[in-house]
Amino acid sequence: MGICNIIGKPERRVDAFGKVTGKAKFAADYNAGHQLVGKVLRSKHPHARILRVDTARAEHLEGVEAVLVAKDIPGEKVFGIVTKNQAILALDKVRYLGDGLALIAARTKEIAELGLSLIDVEYEPLPIVSDPEQAMMSESPKIHGEDNTFVHHKVRKGNIEKGFADADFIIERRFKTQFIEHSYIEPEAVLAEPAENGGVKIVGSVQNLFSSRRSVAAALKLDLNKVQIIQATLGGSFGGKDEVMTSMCCRAALLSLKTGKPVKMVNSREESMLESYKRHPYVLYYKWGAKKDGSITAMENRCIADGGAYASMSSFVTWRSVVQATGPYSCENVKTDVFAVYTNNNYTGAMRGFGSPQVNFAIESMMDELAERVNKNPLEIRLQNGFERGAVTATGQVLDHNVSLKEVLHKAADAIQFSEKWNRYRSTPNAPRKRGIGVACSYRGVSLGAEGTDAAGTIVSVQTDGSVIVSSGITDMGQGAQTQMSQIAAEVLGISMDRIQFLNTNTSRIADSGPTVASRGTIMGGSAAKKAAEIVRATLLDVAVAMTRRDVQSLVLIDNYLVDTKSGQRLASFSELVDECFKRGKPMFGFGWFKSPHTSWDEERGRGEAYFTFVYGANIAEVEVDTETGKVDVMNVVSVHDVGKAINRSSVLGQFYGGVAMGLGYGLLEEFDFDDALPKQLNFDEYLIPTSMDVPHIIPIIVENEDAAGPFGAKSIGEPSNELAAPAIMNAIYNATGKRITEMPATLERVLLGRRLRRKEERGSVKNVEESLAEESCKVRPIQR
Amino acid sequence: MTKGAIKTKINGRSYEMSIFPNQTLLELLRENLGLTGTKCGCEIGECGACTVLLDGEAVNACLVLAPQIDGREIMTVEGLMKDGKLDPLQESFMDHDAVHCGFCTPGMLMSAKAILKSHQNANDVEIRTAISGNLCRCTGYVQIVEAIKEITGEHGIKE
Repeated sequence: MGICNIIGKPERRVDAFGKVTGKAKFAADYNAGHQLVGKVLRSKHPHARILRVDTARAEHLEGVEAVLVAKDIPGEKVFGIVTKNQAILALDKVRYLGDGLALIAARTKEIAELGLSLIDVEYEPLPIVSDPEQAMMSESPKIHGEDNTFVHHKVRKGNIEKGFADADFIIERRFKTQFIEHSYIEPEAVLAEPAENGGVKIVGSVQNLFSSRRSVAAALKLDLNKVQIIQATLGGSFGGKDEVMTSMCCRAALLSLKTGKPVKMVNSREESMLESYKRHPYVLYYKWGAKKDGSITAMENRCIADGGAYASMSSFVTWRSVVQATGPYSCENVKTDVFAVYTNNNYTGAMRGFGSPQVNFAIESMMDELAERVNKNPLEIRLQNGFERGAVTATGQVLDHNVSLKEVLHKAADAIQFSEKWNRYRSTPNAPRKRGIGVACSYRGVSLGAEGTDAAGTIVSVQTDGSVIVSSGITDMGQGAQTQMSQIAAEVLGISMDRIQFLNTNTSRIADSGPTVASRGTIMGGSAAKKAAEIVRATLLDVAVAMTRRDVQSLVLIDNYLVDTKSGQRLASFSELVDECFKRGKPMFGFGWFKSPHTSWDEERGRGEAYFTFVYGANIAEVEVDTETGKVDVMNVVSVHDVGKAINRSSVLGQFYGGVAMGLGYGLLEEFDFDDALPKQLNFDEYLIPTSMDVPHIIPIIVENEDAAGPFGAKSIGEPSNELAAPAIMNAIYNATGKRITEMPATLERVLLGRRLRRKEERGSVKNVEESLAEESCKVRPIQR
Repeated sequence: MTKGAIKTKINGRSYEMSIFPNQTLLELLRENLGLTGTKCGCEIGECGACTVLLDGEAVNACLVLAPQIDGREIMTVEGLMKDGKLDPLQESFMDHDAVHCGFCTPGMLMSAKAILKSHQNANDVEIRTAISGNLCRCTGYVQIVEAIKEITGEHGIKE
């Protein structure tokens, strides 16, 4: 391709204009004439049998147009991507506080909320299990079926006994991570309307439109082509608008077809936090054997993930954990087991990082412990054990690409004089405020890997005036996928970005491209965009040859012109060339389909070529700890990632910054806490995410080792950027205080006392079950008629 | 509940309306007037997505009752563009990639507008403080601060 014109430039985002002017339409901004308001009656118990649901009084309320319970669902009543066990409306029992029991469609929100209060539910409360390790015990209450353990992934390499026998010493630690709320600022919303064809049309804040569509079609007994889901501009997702949106789409669609009217559903923040899934909390038992020289002889890791009430993505999330549980370090003998178990907590699923932030915390803490034990510095120990090209991973995969782990580590360390500071800070005498510095690094499999079929489609359609429409099955939720794909199409077609209009994803107008997860937007959607644009370019150049009577090698499309490569002479404008193509009846339309390269997995043996390529990253955090209060201030973070190729520099930097901020929240601030399966916080007054005052000075370093697998060499950055800040901060705290944090987040009490303090009963958003959450959170107001 | 009459000016246009006294300004804007640029994120004044200017000062529209705007002037994100021309802040947000998912953007712009009105030469700390009530989960705030900074001091484009 030669030198790129558009790729690598900090182009403005294609969707920015709408977003700065208030014209962008998010799901809650859509309205339809005569729309009804849909509301959900949620459970009052985290675990209970449902004896009776009486909706008669609500049905008779003036202004209520429909009340639905599970038996009113014509088709499949449960959904789930791996295991179908999540009910659209509870069937026989409720398994967590977010479960829905009944739906109401009413003329106003106030009537709908009043209607909810008129529904009578009789429960038989069941024993609750809220701790994943307790849930594994045989005597524990069962959430589904006979066994709460529903996933067990393993990785086996070498001989673990021999590995420990060869070791000079063994380090054994237990780590714990917490529930995290995605905290997209836009709460969930949909508008469902009956369609002319007897089906339904839904506009919503949906991340994975195709899987949501499958469940809506199954619930309503409709063919997929009669369920149209259109993505509204998405106000953040981070993996979070998947199943919770599937259930909302199903519910709104049911109400809409029942009433024959448009039905709008919008969650309040309290409803959103109460119902939506979270990041999995893990309990991690890590036992490593090593030699006095710092080489690792054995790694035995056992992780238990709290899957909460439903299967959701647990199976996939924990699979990534099992593959990456030993980090980017060489070791001959590995035994890793990762389990997921049901509890009565909120179910847990996809969240940016997807099973890596948890294990990275354990791995990177262990590496520092190892360094301490053999008197090396944390950088040294990582360079000693870290992967290079040709290394064999724990799953037996040979890394046959540019393994840039050591490059990113060196660049990060050099940017902040890591070793000098690390030595200085650890030998500083005790003081009220102490500095510390810590490093963390990782390797991360790109895209879905052997988790599932991995393919995506993008359409490039040139209009008669030379403007271009691009659309894809890959969704943009704020990460910039639309802009990356547009830049790739513009580069291939030799046109400027202002010619491109990107359409939000519509399930009826583009091929099912799977979910937009696993940092696969650029590598999958972008590769498909490149193919689509290349199809169109081939036609353009064919016509150009006929038009100019030059051979194809002497022609190039650049800067909106057809140019003679030798003379630089502009032969025709892009629009003129396009016009000629239309006159000759040539198709100015390309559909690109990209299927990922080969991956494999043997679940029984716990081995395989898990991902077709990997990315490498390192973070270094410099903190100041108040040794009298335990408060940690993060001063500086260096973030280095090999992204393959930065398609859009400023968007890549945006991912670096946002990833570090979210990682900081994970490490220091955020914890979605439960008391016996009752959430203790339901809004941003008590669930704290980083503000502009919390985010440190961030030094971003983009490393570009182009990868053959990606478009123009690009790989991914969305998740890698988010998985290293927390462990780097934890290691920095150790450097400052000499005390290791084994449970996140590193709150004041954990830093100061080494344990958490429980707050008194009377505080908090959720005081007791009887004061209904629905009533308390959804401000009931007098009816306005 | 009886409605009451108010007179107000929103984005330069005068309104006389009859409203319920328990309505919030946020509801009034989004539901009565169709000004959906102002977003609803938490309804308790924590996220800042509904930030608008009330007589030039940044407020959370979810915490203002509609009758409180009687005789006062409101500016929302829809009012930033003048005569088909974008406000320099809007241009700067686009140039600095300060807009990711865009849900916090309208509120962020209004907080930025307010600080630049009172502190034309706002420094980094003043800018960060001014937007500390506006939560953003995507950007880590860095590019937002850069975008606002671009409009301050000598770079500033005066109104």
